[in-house]
Amino acid sequence: MEKEVSLAVDLAGLSLKTPVMTASGTFGFGEEFADFVDLNKIGAIVVKGTTLKPRSGNPGVRIAETPSGMLNCIGLENPGVDAFLTDILPRISKYDAPIIVNISGSSVEEYGVLARMLDVPGVAAIELNVSCPNVKEGGIVFGTDPKSAAAVVREAKKNTKKPVIIKLSPNVTDITVMAKAVEEAGADMISLINTLIGMAIDVKSWRPVLGNVSGGLSGPAVKPVALRLVWQVAQVVKIPIIGMGGIMTAEDAIEFLLAGASAVAVGTANFVNPSAAQDVADGIEAYLKERNLTDVKELVGQLKLK
Amino acid sequence: MLKVALDAVVTAHEVLGPGVKKLVVLAKQIAQTAVPGQFVQLKIKDGEPLLRRPLSIASVDAAAGTVDLIYRVVGKGTQVLADVEKNAVVNCLGPLGKGFDLSCKSPLLVGGGMGIAPLLFLAERLETKPSILMGGRNQSEMFWTTLYKGKVKEIFVTTDDGSVGTKGFTVSLLPELLASGAYDRVVVCGPEIMMKAAAAIAATYQIPCQVSLEKHMACGLGACLSCTCESKDGKKRKKVCQDGPVFWAQEVF
Repeated sequence: MEKEVSLAVDLAGLSLKTPVMTASGTFGFGEEFADFVDLNKIGAIVVKGTTLKPRSGNPGVRIAETPSGMLNCIGLENPGVDAFLTDILPRISKYDAPIIVNISGSSVEEYGVLARMLDVPGVAAIELNVSCPNVKEGGIVFGTDPKSAAAVVREAKKNTKKPVIIKLSPNVTDITVMAKAVEEAGADMISLINTLIGMAIDVKSWRPVLGNVSGGLSGPAVKPVALRLVWQVAQVVKIPIIGMGGIMTAEDAIEFLLAGASAVAVGTANFVNPSAAQDVADGIEAYLKERNLTDVKELVGQLKLK
Repeated sequence: MLKVALDAVVTAHEVLGPGVKKLVVLAKQIAQTAVPGQFVQLKIKDGEPLLRRPLSIASVDAAAGTVDLIYRVVGKGTQVLADVEKNAVVNCLGPLGKGFDLSCKSPLLVGGGMGIAPLLFLAERLETKPSILMGGRNQSEMFWTTLYKGKVKEIFVTTDDGSVGTKGFTVSLLPELLASGAYDRVVVCGPEIMMKAAAAIAATYQIPCQVSLEKHMACGLGACLSCTCESKDGKKRKKVCQDGPVFWAQEVF
Protein backbone atom coordinates (compact mmCIF):
# COMPACT_ATOMS: atom_id res chain seq x y z
CA MET A 1 0.00 0.00 0.00
CA GLU A 2 1.20 3.48 -0.87
CA LYS A 3 2.07 5.64 2.09
CA GLU A 4 0.31 8.96 2.66
CA VAL A 5 2.55 11.88 1.92
CA SER A 6 2.28 15.17 3.79
CA LEU A 7 3.03 18.40 1.96
CA ALA A 8 1.70 20.63 4.74
CA VAL A 9 4.07 23.09 6.35
CA ASP A 10 3.72 25.44 9.28
CA LEU A 11 5.70 28.65 8.97
CA ALA A 12 5.74 30.72 12.16
CA GLY A 13 2.05 29.98 12.73
CA LEU A 14 1.12 30.23 9.06
CA SER A 15 -0.28 26.87 7.97
CA LEU A 16 0.05 25.97 4.30
CA LYS A 17 -1.43 22.91 2.57
CA THR A 18 1.61 22.72 0.33
CA PRO A 19 5.01 24.41 0.52
CA VAL A 20 4.41 26.06 -2.87
CA MET A 21 3.22 29.63 -2.89
CA THR A 22 3.06 32.16 -5.73
CA ALA A 23 5.52 35.03 -5.90
CA SER A 24 4.20 38.57 -5.65
CA GLY A 25 3.62 40.27 -8.97
CA THR A 26 3.45 37.04 -10.95
CA PHE A 27 0.02 35.78 -9.94
CA GLY A 28 -2.11 38.93 -9.88
CA PHE A 29 -4.64 38.51 -7.09
CA GLY A 30 -4.97 34.79 -7.76
CA GLU A 31 -8.34 34.92 -9.47
CA GLU A 32 -6.66 35.50 -12.86
CA PHE A 33 -5.46 31.89 -12.60
CA ALA A 34 -8.71 30.30 -11.41
CA ASP A 35 -9.11 28.40 -14.69
CA PHE A 36 -5.74 26.73 -14.22
CA VAL A 37 -5.08 26.07 -10.54
CA ASP A 38 -7.37 25.13 -7.68
CA LEU A 39 -7.05 28.19 -5.46
CA ASN A 40 -8.28 26.10 -2.56
CA LYS A 41 -5.32 23.79 -2.80
CA ILE A 42 -2.22 25.88 -3.42
CA GLY A 43 0.11 26.82 -0.56
CA ALA A 44 -0.61 30.53 -0.50
CA ILE A 45 -1.40 33.39 -2.81
CA VAL A 46 1.02 36.29 -2.46
CA VAL A 47 -0.72 39.21 -4.11
CA LYS A 48 0.72 41.99 -6.24
CA GLY A 49 2.76 44.60 -4.34
CA THR A 50 0.35 46.98 -2.65
CA THR A 51 1.03 50.59 -1.79
CA LEU A 52 -0.82 53.21 0.26
CA LYS A 53 -1.99 55.14 -2.81
CA PRO A 54 -2.82 53.66 -6.22
CA ARG A 55 0.14 53.58 -8.62
CA SER A 56 0.02 53.52 -12.41
CA GLY A 57 3.50 52.05 -12.82
CA ASN A 58 6.24 52.91 -15.30
CA PRO A 59 5.69 54.21 -18.84
CA GLY A 60 7.10 52.52 -21.94
CA VAL A 61 8.03 48.90 -22.53
CA ARG A 62 7.79 46.96 -19.30
CA ILE A 63 9.13 43.52 -20.14
CA ALA A 64 11.88 42.02 -22.22
CA GLU A 65 12.83 38.41 -22.64
CA THR A 66 16.51 37.65 -22.01
CA PRO A 67 18.38 34.34 -22.15
CA SER A 68 16.50 31.95 -19.84
CA GLY A 69 14.75 34.81 -18.15
CA MET A 70 12.95 38.08 -18.37
CA LEU A 71 13.40 41.65 -17.27
CA ASN A 72 10.50 43.67 -15.95
CA CYS A 73 10.03 47.24 -14.90
CA ILE A 74 6.32 47.29 -14.10
CA GLY A 75 6.87 49.88 -11.39
CA LEU A 76 4.45 48.58 -8.75
CA GLU A 77 1.27 49.29 -10.64
CA ASN A 78 -1.50 48.52 -8.15
CA PRO A 79 -4.91 49.84 -7.11
CA GLY A 80 -3.78 50.93 -3.65
CA VAL A 81 -4.54 49.42 -0.26
CA ASP A 82 -8.06 50.90 0.05
CA ALA A 83 -9.20 49.33 -3.22
CA PHE A 84 -7.50 46.09 -2.23
CA LEU A 85 -9.40 45.96 1.06
CA THR A 86 -12.80 46.98 -0.29
CA ASP A 87 -12.89 45.45 -3.78
CA ILE A 88 -10.35 42.68 -4.03
CA LEU A 89 -9.94 41.01 -0.64
CA PRO A 90 -13.67 40.18 -0.26
CA ARG A 91 -13.54 38.55 -3.67
CA ILE A 92 -10.44 36.41 -3.11
CA SER A 93 -10.87 35.52 0.54
CA LYS A 94 -13.47 32.93 -0.46
CA TYR A 95 -10.61 30.69 -1.55
CA ASP A 96 -8.98 28.40 1.01
CA ALA A 97 -5.45 29.47 0.10
CA PRO A 98 -4.00 31.88 2.64
CA ILE A 99 -3.69 35.40 1.24
CA ILE A 100 -0.34 37.06 1.85
CA VAL A 101 -0.21 40.75 1.03
CA ASN A 102 3.04 42.15 -0.28
CA ILE A 103 3.44 45.80 0.73
CA SER A 104 5.75 48.62 -0.34
CA GLY A 105 6.16 51.85 1.54
CA SER A 106 7.94 55.08 0.75
CA SER A 107 8.96 55.53 4.40
CA VAL A 108 9.36 53.36 7.49
CA GLU A 109 6.12 54.82 8.87
CA GLU A 110 4.22 53.93 5.72
CA TYR A 111 5.07 50.25 6.17
CA GLY A 112 3.51 50.54 9.64
CA VAL A 113 0.38 52.19 8.29
CA LEU A 114 -0.01 49.51 5.63
CA ALA A 115 0.61 46.70 8.12
CA ARG A 116 -2.07 48.09 10.44
CA MET A 117 -4.59 48.57 7.65
CA LEU A 118 -4.04 44.97 6.56
CA ASP A 119 -4.35 43.51 10.06
CA VAL A 120 -7.81 42.25 9.13
CA PRO A 121 -9.54 38.88 8.72
CA GLY A 122 -8.80 37.33 5.35
CA VAL A 123 -5.16 38.40 5.36
CA ALA A 124 -2.93 35.56 6.53
CA ALA A 125 0.40 37.37 6.60
CA ILE A 126 2.18 40.35 5.16
CA GLU A 127 5.33 40.39 3.10
CA LEU A 128 7.48 43.50 3.28
CA ASN A 129 8.80 44.44 -0.12
CA VAL A 130 12.06 46.20 0.61
CA SER A 131 13.58 45.16 -2.65
CA CYS A 132 11.62 46.42 -5.64
CA PRO A 133 14.29 47.62 -8.05
CA ASN A 134 11.92 49.53 -10.27
CA VAL A 135 10.68 52.51 -8.34
CA LYS A 136 12.66 55.07 -6.40
CA GLU A 137 10.50 54.70 -3.34
CA GLY A 138 9.87 51.02 -3.97
CA GLY A 139 11.78 49.96 -0.99
CA ILE A 140 15.15 48.92 -2.32
CA VAL A 141 16.74 51.62 -0.18
CA PHE A 142 15.36 49.72 2.80
CA GLY A 143 16.47 46.42 1.34
CA THR A 144 20.12 47.22 0.91
CA ASP A 145 20.78 48.75 4.32
CA PRO A 146 20.50 46.41 7.33
CA LYS A 147 19.50 49.18 9.75
CA SER A 148 16.72 50.43 7.49
CA ALA A 149 15.46 46.91 6.83
CA ALA A 150 15.39 46.21 10.57
CA ALA A 151 13.50 49.46 11.17
CA VAL A 152 10.87 48.47 8.59
CA VAL A 153 10.42 45.08 10.27
CA ARG A 154 10.04 46.61 13.73
CA GLU A 155 7.52 49.15 12.45
CA ALA A 156 5.47 46.44 10.75
CA LYS A 157 5.59 44.12 13.77
CA LYS A 158 4.38 46.96 16.01
CA ASN A 159 1.33 47.42 13.81
CA THR A 160 0.12 43.90 13.08
CA LYS A 161 -0.49 40.59 14.78
CA LYS A 162 -0.05 38.74 11.49
CA PRO A 163 3.18 36.94 10.68
CA VAL A 164 5.60 39.32 8.99
CA ILE A 165 7.72 38.12 6.08
CA ILE A 166 10.48 40.31 4.71
CA LYS A 167 11.52 39.83 1.09
CA LEU A 168 15.22 40.40 0.66
CA SER A 169 17.02 41.84 -2.31
CA PRO A 170 19.85 39.90 -3.94
CA ASN A 171 21.43 43.22 -4.90
CA VAL A 172 23.62 43.39 -1.77
CA THR A 173 27.22 42.59 -0.98
CA ASP A 174 26.52 40.25 1.94
CA ILE A 175 23.04 38.77 2.27
CA THR A 176 23.82 37.27 5.69
CA VAL A 177 24.19 40.73 7.21
CA MET A 178 20.70 41.63 5.97
CA ALA A 179 19.22 38.32 7.11
CA LYS A 180 20.64 38.54 10.61
CA ALA A 181 19.50 42.15 10.97
CA VAL A 182 15.89 41.41 10.06
CA GLU A 183 15.74 38.28 12.22
CA GLU A 184 16.99 40.24 15.18
CA ALA A 185 14.40 42.95 14.47
CA GLY A 186 11.66 40.34 14.85
CA ALA A 187 10.85 39.20 11.33
CA ASP A 188 8.86 35.95 11.42
CA MET A 189 10.12 34.78 8.04
CA ILE A 190 12.46 35.73 5.23
CA SER A 191 11.59 35.35 1.58
CA LEU A 192 14.24 35.60 -1.10
CA ILE A 193 15.18 36.47 -3.71
CA ASN A 194 13.56 39.48 -5.32
CA THR A 195 14.80 40.18 -8.85
CA LEU A 196 18.38 40.97 -9.79
CA ILE A 197 18.85 44.33 -11.46
CA GLY A 198 19.63 43.98 -15.14
CA MET A 199 19.22 45.64 -18.49
CA ALA A 200 18.97 44.98 -22.22
CA ILE A 201 19.90 47.21 -25.15
CA ASP A 202 18.39 47.28 -28.64
CA VAL A 203 21.34 47.36 -31.02
CA LYS A 204 19.18 48.60 -33.88
CA SER A 205 18.11 51.76 -32.10
CA TRP A 206 20.92 52.00 -29.52
CA ARG A 207 18.23 52.44 -26.91
CA PRO A 208 17.41 50.49 -23.75
CA VAL A 209 14.74 47.87 -24.40
CA LEU A 210 12.94 48.75 -21.19
CA GLY A 211 11.15 52.05 -20.71
CA ASN A 212 12.78 52.38 -17.30
CA VAL A 213 16.28 51.58 -18.70
CA SER A 214 16.93 48.83 -16.16
CA GLY A 215 14.64 46.27 -14.60
CA GLY A 216 14.39 43.16 -12.48
CA LEU A 217 15.73 39.90 -13.89
CA SER A 218 13.79 36.74 -13.07
CA GLY A 219 13.33 33.24 -14.42
CA PRO A 220 15.62 30.21 -14.70
CA ALA A 221 18.62 32.50 -15.33
CA VAL A 222 18.61 33.63 -11.69
CA LYS A 223 18.04 30.24 -10.06
CA PRO A 224 21.67 29.37 -9.23
CA VAL A 225 22.14 32.79 -7.64
CA ALA A 226 18.91 32.49 -5.67
CA LEU A 227 19.79 29.02 -4.48
CA ARG A 228 23.18 30.14 -3.24
CA LEU A 229 21.64 33.09 -1.38
CA VAL A 230 18.99 30.89 0.25
CA TRP A 231 21.66 28.46 1.33
CA GLN A 232 23.80 31.27 2.78
CA VAL A 233 20.85 32.72 4.69
CA ALA A 234 19.87 29.28 5.98
CA GLN A 235 23.29 29.03 7.66
CA VAL A 236 22.75 32.14 9.76
CA VAL A 237 19.06 32.40 10.72
CA LYS A 238 16.59 30.20 12.60
CA ILE A 239 13.39 31.71 11.17
CA PRO A 240 11.75 29.97 8.20
CA ILE A 241 12.89 30.86 4.70
CA ILE A 242 10.65 31.02 1.64
CA GLY A 243 12.91 30.36 -1.33
CA MET A 244 12.26 31.65 -4.81
CA GLY A 245 14.04 32.61 -7.99
CA GLY A 246 13.55 30.82 -11.28
CA ILE A 247 11.61 27.82 -9.98
CA MET A 248 9.96 26.18 -13.00
CA THR A 249 9.70 22.55 -11.89
CA ALA A 250 9.41 20.38 -8.79
CA GLU A 251 13.12 19.56 -9.09
CA ASP A 252 13.94 23.27 -8.89
CA ALA A 253 11.75 23.60 -5.80
CA ILE A 254 13.36 20.57 -4.16
CA GLU A 255 16.78 22.17 -4.60
CA PHE A 256 15.58 25.18 -2.63
CA LEU A 257 14.13 22.95 0.11
CA LEU A 258 17.39 21.03 0.38
CA ALA A 259 19.26 24.33 0.58
CA GLY A 260 17.22 25.24 3.64
CA ALA A 261 13.97 26.84 2.48
CA SER A 262 10.88 25.66 4.38
CA ALA A 263 8.63 26.73 1.52
CA VAL A 264 9.07 28.03 -1.99
CA ALA A 265 7.38 30.46 -4.35
CA VAL A 266 6.80 30.09 -8.06
CA GLY A 267 7.11 33.34 -10.00
CA THR A 268 7.99 33.75 -13.66
CA ALA A 269 6.88 30.13 -14.22
CA ASN A 270 3.27 31.28 -13.77
CA PHE A 271 3.61 33.31 -16.97
CA VAL A 272 4.85 30.31 -18.92
CA ASN A 273 2.69 27.62 -17.36
CA PRO A 274 -0.39 29.02 -15.62
CA SER A 275 -0.78 25.84 -13.56
CA ALA A 276 2.86 25.90 -12.40
CA ALA A 277 2.04 26.34 -8.69
CA GLN A 278 -0.08 23.18 -8.73
CA ASP A 279 2.29 21.25 -10.98
CA VAL A 280 5.30 21.97 -8.76
CA ALA A 281 3.42 20.83 -5.64
CA ASP A 282 2.24 17.66 -7.41
CA GLY A 283 5.81 17.01 -8.53
CA ILE A 284 7.15 17.35 -4.99
CA GLU A 285 4.54 14.86 -3.82
CA ALA A 286 5.54 12.41 -6.53
CA TYR A 287 9.23 12.86 -5.62
CA LEU A 288 8.54 12.12 -1.95
CA LYS A 289 6.66 8.95 -2.89
CA GLU A 290 9.45 7.84 -5.18
CA ARG A 291 12.01 8.34 -2.44
CA ASN A 292 9.77 6.62 0.08
CA LEU A 293 9.53 9.76 2.19
CA THR A 294 6.33 10.77 3.95
CA ASP A 295 6.78 14.43 4.78
CA VAL A 296 8.14 17.35 2.79
CA LYS A 297 9.81 18.63 5.95
CA GLU A 298 12.25 15.73 5.61
CA LEU A 299 13.86 17.64 2.73
CA VAL A 300 14.34 21.01 4.37
CA GLY A 301 17.98 21.90 4.86
CA GLN A 302 19.16 18.35 4.14
CA LEU A 303 21.89 19.35 1.71
CA LYS A 304 24.79 16.93 2.16
CA LEU A 305 28.14 18.62 2.07
CA LYS A 306 30.15 15.46 2.63
CA MET B 1 -15.61 31.53 -20.82
CA LEU B 2 -13.08 28.96 -19.74
CA LYS B 3 -9.49 29.50 -20.79
CA VAL B 4 -7.40 26.44 -21.48
CA ALA B 5 -3.74 25.63 -22.03
CA LEU B 6 -3.50 22.67 -24.33
CA ASP B 7 -0.94 20.86 -26.42
CA ALA B 8 -1.88 21.54 -30.02
CA VAL B 9 -0.63 19.69 -33.06
CA VAL B 10 0.47 21.86 -35.97
CA THR B 11 -1.63 20.73 -38.92
CA ALA B 12 -0.27 23.22 -41.45
CA HIS B 13 2.39 25.91 -41.58
CA GLU B 14 2.79 27.86 -44.79
CA VAL B 15 4.33 31.02 -46.15
CA LEU B 16 1.79 33.66 -47.16
CA GLY B 17 4.03 36.52 -48.07
CA PRO B 18 7.44 38.02 -47.36
CA GLY B 19 8.21 37.10 -43.74
CA VAL B 20 4.55 36.23 -43.09
CA LYS B 21 3.36 32.74 -42.26
CA LYS B 22 0.13 31.00 -41.36
CA LEU B 23 0.22 28.42 -38.59
CA VAL B 24 -2.76 26.11 -38.20
CA VAL B 25 -3.10 24.25 -34.89
CA LEU B 26 -5.53 21.63 -33.73
CA ALA B 27 -7.00 23.20 -30.58
CA LYS B 28 -10.61 22.12 -30.49
CA GLN B 29 -11.74 23.85 -27.29
CA ILE B 30 -10.25 27.12 -28.42
CA ALA B 31 -11.61 26.81 -31.96
CA GLN B 32 -15.10 26.23 -30.59
CA THR B 33 -15.22 29.05 -28.06
CA ALA B 34 -13.05 31.83 -29.51
CA VAL B 35 -14.65 35.01 -30.82
CA PRO B 36 -13.14 37.50 -33.29
CA GLY B 37 -10.57 39.80 -31.72
CA GLN B 38 -9.36 37.27 -29.19
CA PHE B 39 -5.83 35.90 -29.16
CA VAL B 40 -3.81 32.93 -27.95
CA GLN B 41 -0.47 32.71 -26.17
CA LEU B 42 1.85 30.13 -27.72
CA LYS B 43 4.59 28.31 -25.85
CA ILE B 44 6.52 27.30 -28.91
CA LYS B 45 8.68 24.61 -27.34
CA ASP B 46 10.40 23.63 -24.11
CA GLY B 47 13.26 25.91 -23.18
CA GLU B 48 13.85 29.00 -25.27
CA PRO B 49 12.06 31.21 -25.91
CA LEU B 50 10.96 31.12 -22.29
CA LEU B 51 7.85 33.25 -22.55
CA ARG B 52 4.76 32.62 -24.61
CA ARG B 53 4.11 34.73 -27.69
CA PRO B 54 0.72 36.35 -28.20
CA LEU B 55 -0.84 35.81 -31.63
CA SER B 56 -4.24 37.03 -32.79
CA ILE B 57 -6.70 34.50 -34.13
CA ALA B 58 -7.12 34.93 -37.90
CA SER B 59 -9.77 32.26 -38.34
CA VAL B 60 -11.17 29.12 -36.77
CA ASP B 61 -12.74 25.98 -38.11
CA ALA B 62 -15.00 24.91 -35.26
CA ALA B 63 -15.93 21.61 -36.95
CA ALA B 64 -12.33 20.63 -37.64
CA GLY B 65 -11.20 22.13 -34.34
CA THR B 66 -8.44 24.17 -35.91
CA VAL B 67 -7.23 27.70 -35.24
CA ASP B 68 -5.41 29.82 -37.86
CA LEU B 69 -2.68 32.15 -36.63
CA ILE B 70 -1.02 34.54 -39.06
CA TYR B 71 2.18 36.23 -37.97
CA ARG B 72 5.18 38.10 -39.24
CA VAL B 73 8.69 37.04 -38.25
CA VAL B 74 9.86 40.05 -36.24
CA GLY B 75 12.11 38.74 -33.48
CA LYS B 76 13.64 35.73 -31.79
CA GLY B 77 10.33 34.21 -30.73
CA THR B 78 8.65 34.37 -34.12
CA GLN B 79 11.88 33.15 -35.74
CA VAL B 80 11.77 30.00 -33.62
CA LEU B 81 8.06 29.69 -34.41
CA ALA B 82 8.74 30.01 -38.13
CA ASP B 83 10.91 26.88 -37.94
CA VAL B 84 8.21 24.75 -36.31
CA GLU B 85 7.27 21.89 -38.59
CA LYS B 86 3.97 20.28 -39.40
CA ASN B 87 2.92 17.68 -36.77
CA ALA B 88 5.01 19.38 -34.09
CA VAL B 89 3.23 20.23 -30.85
CA VAL B 90 2.93 23.73 -29.41
CA ASN B 91 1.18 24.70 -26.20
CA CYS B 92 -1.73 26.97 -26.90
CA LEU B 93 -3.27 29.11 -24.14
CA GLY B 94 -6.58 30.74 -24.91
CA PRO B 95 -8.91 32.08 -25.95
CA LEU B 96 -7.73 35.31 -24.33
CA GLY B 97 -9.07 38.82 -24.13
CA LYS B 98 -12.25 40.52 -25.23
CA GLY B 99 -13.27 40.53 -28.87
CA PHE B 100 -14.98 42.89 -31.29
CA ASP B 101 -18.54 44.13 -30.87
CA LEU B 102 -20.63 42.45 -33.55
CA SER B 103 -23.73 44.66 -33.33
CA CYS B 104 -23.27 46.63 -36.52
CA LYS B 105 -25.01 46.49 -39.88
CA SER B 106 -22.51 47.94 -42.27
CA PRO B 107 -18.99 47.97 -40.90
CA LEU B 108 -15.81 49.13 -42.57
CA LEU B 109 -12.78 47.19 -41.43
CA VAL B 110 -9.48 49.04 -41.60
CA GLY B 111 -6.30 47.01 -41.38
CA GLY B 112 -2.63 47.81 -41.64
CA GLY B 113 0.15 45.23 -41.80
CA MET B 114 -0.42 42.27 -39.47
CA GLY B 115 -3.48 44.05 -38.12
CA ILE B 116 -5.31 42.67 -41.14
CA ALA B 117 -5.14 39.16 -39.61
CA PRO B 118 -7.71 39.37 -36.76
CA LEU B 119 -10.10 41.30 -39.02
CA LEU B 120 -10.37 38.18 -41.18
CA PHE B 121 -11.98 36.25 -38.31
CA LEU B 122 -14.27 39.23 -37.76
CA ALA B 123 -15.29 39.32 -41.43
CA GLU B 124 -16.17 35.63 -41.22
CA ARG B 125 -18.36 36.09 -38.16
CA LEU B 126 -20.23 39.32 -38.92
CA GLU B 127 -23.86 38.80 -39.90
CA THR B 128 -23.58 41.07 -42.90
CA LYS B 129 -20.48 41.12 -45.05
CA PRO B 130 -18.26 44.07 -44.21
CA SER B 131 -15.98 45.99 -46.51
CA ILE B 132 -12.29 46.31 -45.82
CA LEU B 133 -9.71 48.99 -46.36
CA MET B 134 -6.24 47.51 -46.11
CA GLY B 135 -2.80 48.95 -46.46
CA GLY B 136 0.76 47.75 -46.84
CA ARG B 137 4.11 48.75 -48.23
CA ASN B 138 3.81 47.20 -51.67
CA GLN B 139 2.10 44.59 -53.79
CA SER B 140 4.01 41.67 -52.26
CA GLU B 141 2.37 42.44 -48.91
CA MET B 142 -1.10 42.40 -50.39
CA PHE B 143 -1.56 38.61 -50.43
CA TRP B 144 -4.37 39.41 -48.02
CA THR B 145 -6.80 40.20 -50.84
CA THR B 146 -6.86 36.48 -51.74
CA LEU B 147 -7.65 35.50 -48.14
CA TYR B 148 -10.51 37.99 -47.99
CA LYS B 149 -12.07 37.00 -51.31
CA GLY B 150 -15.72 36.10 -50.85
CA LYS B 151 -15.72 37.22 -47.21
CA VAL B 152 -16.20 40.93 -47.82
CA LYS B 153 -18.32 43.18 -50.02
CA GLU B 154 -15.55 45.42 -51.22
CA ILE B 155 -11.79 45.55 -50.79
CA PHE B 156 -10.01 48.91 -50.90
CA VAL B 157 -6.24 48.71 -51.06
CA THR B 158 -3.55 51.29 -50.45
CA THR B 159 0.18 50.76 -50.78
CA ASP B 160 3.03 53.06 -49.84
CA ASP B 161 4.54 52.77 -53.32
CA GLY B 162 1.30 52.60 -55.32
CA SER B 163 2.26 49.20 -56.79
CA VAL B 164 -1.31 48.09 -56.18
CA GLY B 165 -4.42 50.05 -55.21
CA THR B 166 -4.27 53.69 -54.22
CA LYS B 167 -0.84 55.15 -53.46
CA GLY B 168 -0.64 56.43 -49.91
CA PHE B 169 -1.50 55.47 -46.36
CA THR B 170 -4.56 53.51 -45.37
CA VAL B 171 -6.05 56.45 -43.54
CA SER B 172 -5.70 58.79 -46.52
CA LEU B 173 -8.51 56.89 -48.23
CA LEU B 174 -10.68 56.72 -45.12
CA PRO B 175 -12.36 60.17 -45.16
CA GLU B 176 -13.90 59.70 -48.60
CA LEU B 177 -15.13 56.20 -47.75
CA LEU B 178 -16.77 57.40 -44.56
CA ALA B 179 -18.17 60.52 -46.27
CA SER B 180 -20.26 58.21 -48.48
CA GLY B 181 -22.42 57.44 -45.44
CA ALA B 182 -22.28 53.73 -46.24
CA TYR B 183 -20.81 52.63 -42.90
CA ASP B 184 -22.13 52.49 -39.34
CA ARG B 185 -18.96 51.14 -37.72
CA VAL B 186 -15.22 51.42 -38.17
CA VAL B 187 -13.01 48.63 -36.84
CA VAL B 188 -9.29 49.30 -36.97
CA CYS B 189 -6.31 47.08 -36.35
CA GLY B 190 -2.76 48.04 -37.22
CA PRO B 191 0.08 50.26 -36.05
CA GLU B 192 -0.97 52.53 -33.19
CA ILE B 193 -0.30 55.71 -35.16
CA MET B 194 -2.65 54.48 -37.89
CA MET B 195 -5.35 53.44 -35.40
CA LYS B 196 -5.22 56.84 -33.72
CA ALA B 197 -5.56 58.63 -37.05
CA ALA B 198 -8.40 56.34 -38.16
CA ALA B 199 -10.21 56.79 -34.86
CA ALA B 200 -9.97 60.57 -35.18
CA ILE B 201 -11.41 60.44 -38.70
CA ALA B 202 -14.23 58.11 -37.57
CA ALA B 203 -15.01 60.55 -34.76
CA THR B 204 -15.39 63.47 -37.18
CA TYR B 205 -17.99 61.43 -39.08
CA GLN B 206 -19.55 60.37 -35.76
CA ILE B 207 -19.13 56.70 -36.56
CA PRO B 208 -18.46 54.38 -33.59
CA CYS B 209 -14.96 52.97 -33.82
CA GLN B 210 -13.24 49.98 -32.27
CA VAL B 211 -9.50 49.48 -32.16
CA SER B 212 -7.35 46.47 -31.28
CA LEU B 213 -4.17 47.22 -29.35
CA GLU B 214 -0.91 45.31 -29.35
CA LYS B 215 1.56 45.38 -26.45
CA HIS B 216 4.42 43.31 -25.12
CA MET B 217 2.98 40.88 -22.60
CA ALA B 218 4.12 37.98 -20.46
CA CYS B 219 1.11 36.15 -19.03
CA GLY B 220 -1.85 37.20 -21.18
CA LEU B 221 -4.06 36.62 -18.15
CA GLY B 222 -4.07 40.03 -16.48
CA ALA B 223 -1.48 39.23 -13.85
CA CYS B 224 1.91 40.53 -14.94
CA LEU B 225 0.73 44.07 -15.81
CA SER B 226 3.23 44.35 -18.65
CA CYS B 227 0.58 45.43 -21.11
CA THR B 228 -1.52 47.98 -19.25
CA CYS B 229 -2.39 51.26 -20.93
CA GLU B 230 -3.88 54.55 -19.88
CA SER B 231 -7.62 54.79 -20.17
CA LYS B 232 -9.48 57.92 -21.08
CA ASP B 233 -12.36 57.22 -18.71
CA GLY B 234 -10.50 58.68 -15.77
CA LYS B 235 -8.96 56.41 -13.21
CA LYS B 236 -8.49 52.75 -13.91
CA ARG B 237 -5.76 51.63 -16.27
CA LYS B 238 -6.75 49.02 -18.82
CA LYS B 239 -5.11 45.65 -19.27
CA VAL B 240 -4.69 45.09 -23.00
CA CYS B 241 -4.70 41.30 -22.47
CA GLN B 242 -7.85 41.18 -20.37
CA ASP B 243 -9.92 44.35 -20.83
CA GLY B 244 -8.86 44.38 -24.51
CA PRO B 245 -7.17 43.90 -26.88
CA VAL B 246 -10.31 45.39 -28.46
CA PHE B 247 -11.47 48.73 -27.09
CA TRP B 248 -13.83 51.46 -28.17
CA ALA B 249 -11.50 54.12 -29.54
CA GLN B 250 -12.57 56.72 -26.99
CA GLU B 251 -11.63 54.38 -24.12
CA VAL B 252 -7.95 54.44 -24.98
CA PHE B 253 -7.21 57.26 -27.47
